[in-house]
Amino acid sequence: MPPETSTRVLIVGATSAIAAETARVYAAYGARLFLAGRNPQRLEAVAADLRVRGAGSVLTAVLDVTDRQRCDAVVEEAWSTFGGLDVALLAHGVLPDQARCQASAAATIEALEVNFTSAVALLTPLANRFESAGRGCIAVITSVAGDRGRQSNYVYGAAKGGLDRFLEGLRNRLFHAGVAVVTLKPGFVDTPMTAGLTQGPLFASARRAGRDIHRSIERRRDVAYIPWFWRPIMAILRSLPETVFKRLRL
Amino acid sequence: MPRYRSWGRYPAATPAAVLPVDWRSDPPALDRVRQPVLPYACGRSYGDSCLNDGGVVLDVRRLDRLIAFDQERGLLQCEAGVTLAEILALVVPRGWFLPVVPGTRWVSVGGSIANDIHGKNHHRAGTFGAHVSRFELLRSTGQRTVCTPGDELFRATVGGLGLTGLILWAEIMLKRIPGPAIAVERIRFPGLDAFFALAADDRDFEYTVAWVDCLARGPRLGRGIYMRGDHAPQDGTVPSPLRPARFRVPLDAPAGVLNATTLGLFNEAYYRGQLRGRLRSTVPYAAFFFPLDGVGDWGRLYGANGFVQYQCVVPDVGGGGPIRAIFERISRSGEPASLAVLKRFGNIRSPGLLSFPREGMTLAVDFAVRGRTLALLEDLDAIVRETGGAVYPAKDARMSAASFRAFFPELERFTAQRDAKFSSSFWRRVHAS
Repeated sequence: MPPETSTRVLIVGATSAIAAETARVYAAYGARLFLAGRNPQRLEAVAADLRVRGAGSVLTAVLDVTDRQRCDAVVEEAWSTFGGLDVALLAHGVLPDQARCQASAAATIEALEVNFTSAVALLTPLANRFESAGRGCIAVITSVAGDRGRQSNYVYGAAKGGLDRFLEGLRNRLFHAGVAVVTLKPGFVDTPMTAGLTQGPLFASARRAGRDIHRSIERRRDVAYIPWFWRPIMAILRSLPETVFKRLRL
Repeated sequence: MPRYRSWGRYPAATPAAVLPVDWRSDPPALDRVRQPVLPYACGRSYGDSCLNDGGVVLDVRRLDRLIAFDQERGLLQCEAGVTLAEILALVVPRGWFLPVVPGTRWVSVGGSIANDIHGKNHHRAGTFGAHVSRFELLRSTGQRTVCTPGDELFRATVGGLGLTGLILWAEIMLKRIPGPAIAVERIRFPGLDAFFALAADDRDFEYTVAWVDCLARGPRLGRGIYMRGDHAPQDGTVPSPLRPARFRVPLDAPAGVLNATTLGLFNEAYYRGQLRGRLRSTVPYAAFFFPLDGVGDWGRLYGANGFVQYQCVVPDVGGGGPIRAIFERISRSGEPASLAVLKRFGNIRSPGLLSFPREGMTLAVDFAVRGRTLALLEDLDAIVRETGGAVYPAKDARMSAASFRAFFPELERFTAQRDAKFSSSFWRRVHAS
């Protein structure tokens, strides 16, 4: 029997292409999955796929992450359904329209809500439960966009960068409780979210991203770039001094 | 948008726009699209039947979810963009196999239905469409219909080249296998007569196909290697993993690399490579069915102009008259032709109005695209028309409208079911309306 047969996984934003591909890897090992997402029909389509692929059991809950109380309720439901969790993966998010955000504070704040505040709303109850359990792993998909603020995408970058810092602190706190916190930073992945972007050689398939994420979680990596080659690319980008960086058109 | 090409990279086509279809629960509203639309998944059709120059491509590759699998009865329900590779990876370890597989596993379920594909077991199993128990079709009006065998819309959609609507999901009847391996027998044969003798004896084997040297002349015309196989009982053979190509042809080869001399040498080597007249072995299923899947983008060896594959079926008459005439015509032309694939189709009726397979001998040959090649293929069409045969639309980039009408006598019935919003480069070419 595969080693992860009884792994209990909560995935928020489960209908995203990257999350669904990660879930497929867990399903192939017979894991038990609790999927949360906004659209009930899409959620059910993903759940059925995972059942056929061998998931031990798949449950779903409709969740709009901007609804704080519902976030608490879903964490509670997932935790009690499986009698605890081994992995919680937060994969929800939207790529906001930067131009729209620049024109409207409301649009900017909404983007920060979905990409940052909502994650905090989920991470707070999750962290407390994992901390008392003294084991398990919290994994969160942020983005390479959080490594540096760029004019073309800094609202998204700010939300993801803020999340990175939050996770850094959480990792430090939960380390002492034996709980891993994994920050996952995808680069360009070929998904509906990036359908509007022109594809280049740096684009990875959602399938590859899903496999890499699964591996990074299983190995309890602290910060993983998805795929790995973004680590050196972002190291170079981060090392550019601000006096130079501000002049670039990125 | 270079992604939306056909496998032969000929002809060139550019869609006006791409409309992704990601969810079966809420597909896009097609009646709001102004241009003609055409579903596209893997792009493994060779010619222009998967192209929609100036139209809108409905990209279904994210419609890749499985829906249900009844392990007792072998019924698999999945979305249209699921590849056969994906299905095999899932069901083979559980003792099931697809009822029909083509020469590559990187094709979608929707494409398999739309082209009513066939495989090495046609003489026993018929086409892919004969094993589809139902599918859901989205029409451009937004209407969704579950079609079952016997429905006129089912018959139009199977082999219907994606022109009757968008298949959202389908249910396929799988077959039981004793294990993941295939027991193969390879028999070298010196000419066409020997091939016909072997082909007449195919009843006892699930899978049969021959690779034939169509550059050889005189008495050696039609020499080749006949392969026949069956699913082998469980043994220690390693199953075939779901793995993309290990090697990908990175560039278009310079024009003329595959010429009469190099292909002649290759064919000679392939034929001579098997030293013994008969060779028995047990191989993983992928090695038997999908030998070229190990080389990604192999079509690029034909150069930037692309290539065409010519596949026809002609009646299997005594002495193989029509097939012999075709071979002689190709051999006489001196056109560089790779190894050809030759197989006897059985008499199981294909369910589709435009299905290509019908009882007889089928031949498939690749050619680099050149002016003289197209003239040769026109000559071959004439031979096929005379015998009452057909040319395979999934591989075609050049047949005339008159030939198309002659090859597919049920065309009128099909046209009555076609969705007016759906069209393709192929359809506009062969259906001058």
